[in-house]
Amino acid sequence: MRENLHRFFRAARGAGVHVSPAESIDAMRAVAQIGLTDRAILRDALLLTLAKSQDEKLALGDCFDLFFSQPEPRQDQPKPNSDDASPEADQSPSSGSDSEAGGGQSPEGLGPLAQMLLSQDRNAISAAIASASGAASLSDIRYSTQRGIFSSRILDAMGLQRLRDDLDELMATNPALAERLRGALDALREAVRDTVAQGLALYAREEAENLRHEILRNAPLARIERRQVAEMRALIRQIARRLRERYSKPRKRQRRGHLDVRRTLRRNAAWGGVPFLTAWKRKHRDRPKIVALCDVSGSVAQVSDFFLLLIHSLHEVVDDVRSFAFSSHLIEVSEILEKKSPEEAMAEIMSKVGFGSSDYGTSLVDFEKDFMSTLTPQTTVIVLGDARSNNLDPRADILRRVSERSKRLVWLNPEGRLAWGFGDSEMPRYATFCSVVRQCATAQQLERAVSDIVATYQ
Amino acid sequence: MAEQKPSTSIEAVESGLAAQGYIASRQIATAVYLSQQIEKPILVEGPAGVGKTELAKAIAAWRGMKMIRLQCYEGLDEAKALYEWKYAKQLLYTQILKDKLGEVLGGAQTLHAALEQLHDFGDVFFSKEFVEPRPLLQALEQPGGCVLLIDEIDKSDAEFESLLLEILSDFQVTIPELGTVSAITPPTVILTSNSERDLGDALKRRCLHLHIGFPEQRLEERIVESRVPGISQALRRQMVGFIHEIRSLDLKKLPSVSETIDWARVLVLLQASELDTEIVKDTLNVLLKYEADIEAAHPQITTFIAKAARSNVFG
Repeated sequence: MRENLHRFFRAARGAGVHVSPAESIDAMRAVAQIGLTDRAILRDALLLTLAKSQDEKLALGDCFDLFFSQPEPRQDQPKPNSDDASPEADQSPSSGSDSEAGGGQSPEGLGPLAQMLLSQDRNAISAAIASASGAASLSDIRYSTQRGIFSSRILDAMGLQRLRDDLDELMATNPALAERLRGALDALREAVRDTVAQGLALYAREEAENLRHEILRNAPLARIERRQVAEMRALIRQIARRLRERYSKPRKRQRRGHLDVRRTLRRNAAWGGVPFLTAWKRKHRDRPKIVALCDVSGSVAQVSDFFLLLIHSLHEVVDDVRSFAFSSHLIEVSEILEKKSPEEAMAEIMSKVGFGSSDYGTSLVDFEKDFMSTLTPQTTVIVLGDARSNNLDPRADILRRVSERSKRLVWLNPEGRLAWGFGDSEMPRYATFCSVVRQCATAQQLERAVSDIVATYQ
Repeated sequence: MAEQKPSTSIEAVESGLAAQGYIASRQIATAVYLSQQIEKPILVEGPAGVGKTELAKAIAAWRGMKMIRLQCYEGLDEAKALYEWKYAKQLLYTQILKDKLGEVLGGAQTLHAALEQLHDFGDVFFSKEFVEPRPLLQALEQPGGCVLLIDEIDKSDAEFESLLLEILSDFQVTIPELGTVSAITPPTVILTSNSERDLGDALKRRCLHLHIGFPEQRLEERIVESRVPGISQALRRQMVGFIHEIRSLDLKKLPSVSETIDWARVLVLLQASELDTEIVKDTLNVLLKYEADIEAAHPQITTFIAKAARSNVFG
């Protein structure tokens, strides 16, 4: 059983539940206490000790059910697959006599696998499959493409070679028995295939998901396919959640570190200045204020979309976000984004300012005229755009003033560093006034960029 | 047989808690049993009002132990949770003992000798008498063991969690001036959380994780039965059925068990014999705590009552 529990822990890891060695020790101790007789209690105990959140509990519950429902090796005739005891008891004697009647003369010469198949001993067959999958280390399966190789490994471990020889021999001596054996072999193959499929579901789910996420995280946002947009949104929400968790409760430094002498003396004036009650210095820190300027012209629109979604899901972390969108001119979009669902909001923004050819100069003029007062010394200004201004006046002087009025000015550019400054890109000219310029083309880069911005306030 | 024992002892836990008026599901009973057997704290998560705090109280009452409660909040620190030096007492004592100090130190010839003598009783003011034990230290000092309830741990700061780790895994705390204080009898520790923020892995690893959700209909009926004995069976079924329907709505705050019990009390007070639209409308504010929720539920009341009554017939 220890062996089985260890396999279950591996399966649990496959299902995305993080099982540390300490937790597996706890689970072992718990199982030792409650025994194995009651499956429901065993399930509860494992859920209690291993899963540490509601999601993990669900995943682990599914995993438990899958793990302890081994597929039955199918026989030639479809039998009820339920573990009803009585039909099985009826079955075994008849099948026993069957095999004697069919091949009474030569089963002694056959290999163990052939004998097992002919005697139709279901328990023995499933036990053999289980031990063979152990030998073939089925729990190492990671990708669906490995199904074939694992199936053949398991069959080899069960002695397929010997069975083939037996078959060839029987073909000559006893065709009827050979026919039955062939049928049983097909059923066995099917059972093994089921076992491998189950193994894949058990051990490889997490891996496949991780791989997909990893690819998505590093895919360029601007060229993402339509069908992946929803997935990407979910990913962005995950990122937002992570950032919220990390930054929403600022660590309070030095709360009891230094005596606040002034307040202590004042508080203890009644006792003639003998400090009975102490007051300690507190450190206040402000939350980030963000002003975001997003280019929504064709080339950058998709990136801006995801960026705005991320910024506006950070309520707990960020005090105040004001967002502006521009291509040929600039408007404020904070309200649209607050009130509508991401899809609708983006559609509305695009209909208002999108699809123009970008004009950074005019947009900056718009910003200076109407919204310069939103900038305070606590504000971080984030500009997201490729800085391709179609050879119009870039008005970098306005950007200088913006940078002077604010705490930091961060420019996120979806283009690679190599492209900056070539063609109509004004990036080098703008870069002089920015505190940071970084590339921001994938979800991962987006996360890092926003995380760094928020971290400067901690 | 030894294998027969666990399920019976889990039932014993269940009936023990039931005797205190706490109807536990099998998962809860298993968790309580396991936490006793392998000496691990239980971390209870779930929506507000499903009886997380109540569980700790019931365990304490069942085992006849003292319950020590530590309510967490933002800014809770070790001075309030663990121990504090009785600063005022220390100061007072030094003031009172001033003359005595002068006498003792007066005997010393040199400054060095005076300092030596000062060292000798320097520790007097940092001894156990001047430690004010806060809940965590109190829990360790109970000779007969106790139930330590650390309530709403998710409201505290991340560094407070780290402070708890030593207690949770080894049942001991370290006070720099005094050394390590170990528990006389390991307390039964219950932590509760409303999942306001994700707790650290280190903390979770040290605990059994129990999620209490909204109970099933049958279980909830039994809870109401034990808490509000005055209510008739038919009405009980009907109201629990109604609440289960309400929970299927998309509301800001779903009514939980505590609201069910409150509502049952209200219905008993109003001497209602069965649910009707009028009485539900009048008392809906007991169940739903937001104006928007009440408005959302209003148009559904009649259908829900009908549904609850129908399920009553079959149930």
